[in-house]
Amino acid sequence: MSMDAVFKALADPARRRLLDRLYAKNGQTLGSLCDGMAMSRQAVTKHLALLEEANLIAVQWQGREKLHFLNPVPINEIAERWIGKYERHRVQALADLKNRLEGKDSP
Amino acid sequence: MSDRFVYVTYISTTPEKLWQALTDAAFTREYWWGMFLESDWKQGSRWAMKFADGRLNTTGEVLESDPPRRLVLDWHNEYSPELIGDGPSRASFDIEQIGEMVKLTVTHEAQPKLLESVSGGWPKVLASLKSYIETGKPLPNPGNCAAAREQAA
Repeated sequence: MSMDAVFKALADPARRRLLDRLYAKNGQTLGSLCDGMAMSRQAVTKHLALLEEANLIAVQWQGREKLHFLNPVPINEIAERWIGKYERHRVQALADLKNRLEGKDSP
Repeated sequence: MSDRFVYVTYISTTPEKLWQALTDAAFTREYWWGMFLESDWKQGSRWAMKFADGRLNTTGEVLESDPPRRLVLDWHNEYSPELIGDGPSRASFDIEQIGEMVKLTVTHEAQPKLLESVSGGWPKVLASLKSYIETGKPLPNPGNCAAAREQAA
């Protein structure tokens, strides 16, 4: 479960589109995900398998229906790894500035 | 139950340790930014999630308990006036050993309003849980989940 797999999975517009569609409506079947995609059912199946491998979608069975759910956990990990830590420095800098302007020492 | 969210994370640990991380108050405090869970985790028992200062966040009944594999909780919000009485909600935790990793699946079924409030929170809590188990360090409090807001208030 590497970040490489996540970036690779996200590097394709059709796969991003599938994620967007699950974001709009979570828990869809293969059939409903194929609707409106300009590609074969087989191609959609392949894309879904890649997304599942990257842990970007989770699959659950409901009776005979296989439902696909958007799994935001890896995207959150990317945000934490690539955005959160940079953002925190800025937040800390603002807090320091506020303390200095208000005449308090940095905590 | 009108809607469902599914979260999956893979953690380098054992099912027993992950079960403990999900159910042990001292453990949850470490990665859940002070929040803790209380129960004897037997089927039919009550359980509660509390803020660091002891105020109730969520309560319910333990619907299923099969340590260290599956835990299903009935979920009632107790602190947000908007969400109290928002209808039935259920969170399931499935733990599965896959090679050297443990797969944790959190499934939350609820009314859309409650889901909206928890759906931003689960990925952050799970990322912090994974980090705490694998490295001994939780992630910093994201500051924008409901729990953190409440704590800061």
